Amino acid sequence: MSDAKPGLFARLKSGLARSAQRLTDGIAAIVTRRKLDEAALTELEDLLITADLGLAVSKEMVAGLRRTRFNQEASTEEIRTTLAEGAANILRRVEKPLTIDPAIKPFVILVIGVNGSGKTTTIGKLAKSYVDAGKKVVIAAGDTFRAAAVEQLKIWGERAGAFVVAGAANADAAGLVFDALDRARKDSADILLIDTAGRLHNKSDLMAELQKVLRVLKKAEPTAPHAVLLVLDATVGQNAHAQVQTFRDMIGVTGLVMTKLDGTAKGGVLVAIAEKYDMPVHYIGVGEAAEDLRPFVAVDFAKSLVGLED
Amino acid sequence: MFDGLGNRFNDLFDRLRRHGALTEADVDAAMREIRVALLEADVALPVVKQFVDGVRAKAVGQDVLRSVSPAQMVVKIVHDHLVETLGSDSAGALNLNAVPPVVVMMVGLQGSGKTTTSAKLARLLKEREKRKVLLASLDVNRPAAQEQLAILAKQVNVTSLPVVALERPVAIAKRALDVGRREGYDVLILDTAGRLHIDEMLMQEVAAVRDATQPTETLLVADALTGQDAVNLAKSFAERVGITGIVLTRVDGDSRGGAALSMRAVTGQPIKFMGTGEKLDALEAFQASRIAGRILGMGDVVGLVEKAAENIDREEAEKLAKKMQKGSFDLDDLAGQLKQIRKMGGMGGIMGMLPGINKVKKQLSEAKIDESMLKRQEAIISSMTKTEKRNPKVLDASRRRRIAAGSGTSVPEINRLLKQYQDMADMMKRMNKLGQKGLQRHGIQALLPGGGRQQH
Repeated sequence: MSDAKPGLFARLKSGLARSAQRLTDGIAAIVTRRKLDEAALTELEDLLITADLGLAVSKEMVAGLRRTRFNQEASTEEIRTTLAEGAANILRRVEKPLTIDPAIKPFVILVIGVNGSGKTTTIGKLAKSYVDAGKKVVIAAGDTFRAAAVEQLKIWGERAGAFVVAGAANADAAGLVFDALDRARKDSADILLIDTAGRLHNKSDLMAELQKVLRVLKKAEPTAPHAVLLVLDATVGQNAHAQVQTFRDMIGVTGLVMTKLDGTAKGGVLVAIAEKYDMPVHYIGVGEAAEDLRPFVAVDFAKSLVGLED
Repeated sequence: MFDGLGNRFNDLFDRLRRHGALTEADVDAAMREIRVALLEADVALPVVKQFVDGVRAKAVGQDVLRSVSPAQMVVKIVHDHLVETLGSDSAGALNLNAVPPVVVMMVGLQGSGKTTTSAKLARLLKEREKRKVLLASLDVNRPAAQEQLAILAKQVNVTSLPVVALERPVAIAKRALDVGRREGYDVLILDTAGRLHIDEMLMQEVAAVRDATQPTETLLVADALTGQDAVNLAKSFAERVGITGIVLTRVDGDSRGGAALSMRAVTGQPIKFMGTGEKLDALEAFQASRIAGRILGMGDVVGLVEKAAENIDREEAEKLAKKMQKGSFDLDDLAGQLKQIRKMGGMGGIMGMLPGINKVKKQLSEAKIDESMLKRQEAIISSMTKTEKRNPKVLDASRRRRIAAGSGTSVPEINRLLKQYQDMADMMKRMNKLGQKGLQRHGIQALLPGGGRQQH
């Protein structure tokens, strides 16, 4: 995904800029013509809270400003820069691209998450980018529960030029994954992407089902999966903590993808999650088109969060 | 991190009680705790401020200051105010008093659950209101979205508008209305594509659909997991499209559901329904007190009771009660009980709804209660002969070995099950002495494996 075509960055920026617009307006309104006194700091803290950073992280970031800038006149630009730096420092630790080891064939990527977070769309986008990069890709349509999920993935498969292994409705997902791995090996595919049914992390039976998929996969290929991506919706609030923790503990997550950052949701909970779980963030989604899946860049995310342009 | 308000107040008032009477400063301290609790529950900040002001106005009065138990009093004021703010008389009710077909339009962000909710609503109107419902998908953006609705429609035995390739949303909506009129449908449910509330083009499109079909109800479908953005999206949809109600989805998750309060507050529209599961019958009338309890971190007791009522077969229960009275509770009855616990979402599902969620959850993971245990125990019992089920005393070592082999378990597991059964049978004998009332009071706990010891 590094071979960005012209216009992609503009697309990303416009997507993220919308996310940041409200926050930016707020910061500007607070500090343009005033001292950074206690009231101003409280309002800054409030603004971070409205970006879903959570109470603890918001307090912490404002505490930094209080230590260094208390009662000083400060421009909007300075405040933004300081806040962005704070966020970027936390996020930089988790900015890690998803690297595909070419020695592993097929490189198996399992994609999980709660319902409606954007797993199928993310897989479609990933498949497209890998095929464009000259890789041979097989997709396992492991969401055998949701009506027409298989058809949705097949359309993405056609768009991307990737073969989709699908079973009957309500078929056993674990069995299907086994078949898909078999197919990927026979085709000597480079990458196997596995879609799974959306599930709320507090449903023990559905989590057990996912663990079974994992067991069957490991039986067929002990080193697999080589990556487990948890897809988070940017509109999610503090429940993202529970999602990350439960999926990590029960399935083992190697990295995050945050989708739907083209709305007004800022996905600030990612900062809190980075600080707490040290979980790599690979991609962000900023639109419905295939090229709208972008590598996660900590500085850009942080800057966009507070409305800073380059 | 997410301590419920209950815990917070206990700590706070432990400190306060030492000081005697509750001062205004104490109320301020309590309000700070409420603010934190609401923010952690994802209630949007502007709504939190408004809410806290409302509660303060009620709390800084004679009631709290005079109260014997300030903690209880404040929690009650907060809870009542929350129920009042969330609540609505129109929960579970749709306005169907219009010229048929009455148009119900579903709108919302991508992935909020519109298509599933459309099918659930169609089922509800068909089963409960005996209405003839037509479903139509206007989602031409997401691949296979129209097909998804068609499949779901079939599952709930409701007609869906045949899909015409490449037809645009407004045209589909007009055709649906036309079919609805000609073929005498009572209700037409329009499932629109997911859209961002700031996507100018798509918002214009949904406004055009609205103008073409004049919906009687426009329902905003929103995820209970939503964070601070709930206010922005609800406000935009209310302003740009105009909504008549909200459907809160994924209430079966473990989010605190603060988005409900945010959206209710900024739109002024009632929350009419909530989605409580993946199955197509899992759509319920919104219950303010349930969500209020969750937002405050006080558990969802009402939900637990309802789920029990829904899943425990009445006749079965009565038969069981009679058997208990006679003291003839056998292993077949135990198997039936295990099945019912599983139907209620397993131990995890039941525990998750109890008050003091966090504490119980911690205990649950520490106790390592294995959900598969219920299934294994059922397997053990079904590997027994009729005689063995009726009279477990005949189970000698060789029979136990046979059952272990037959059920894919082990002899120690069978021993454990029989011990549990014995404990329960003993307990029932004791309860018979307490009489019917005692039985009702202790019923559920006695039915849990291990006699409910884990919770105490």
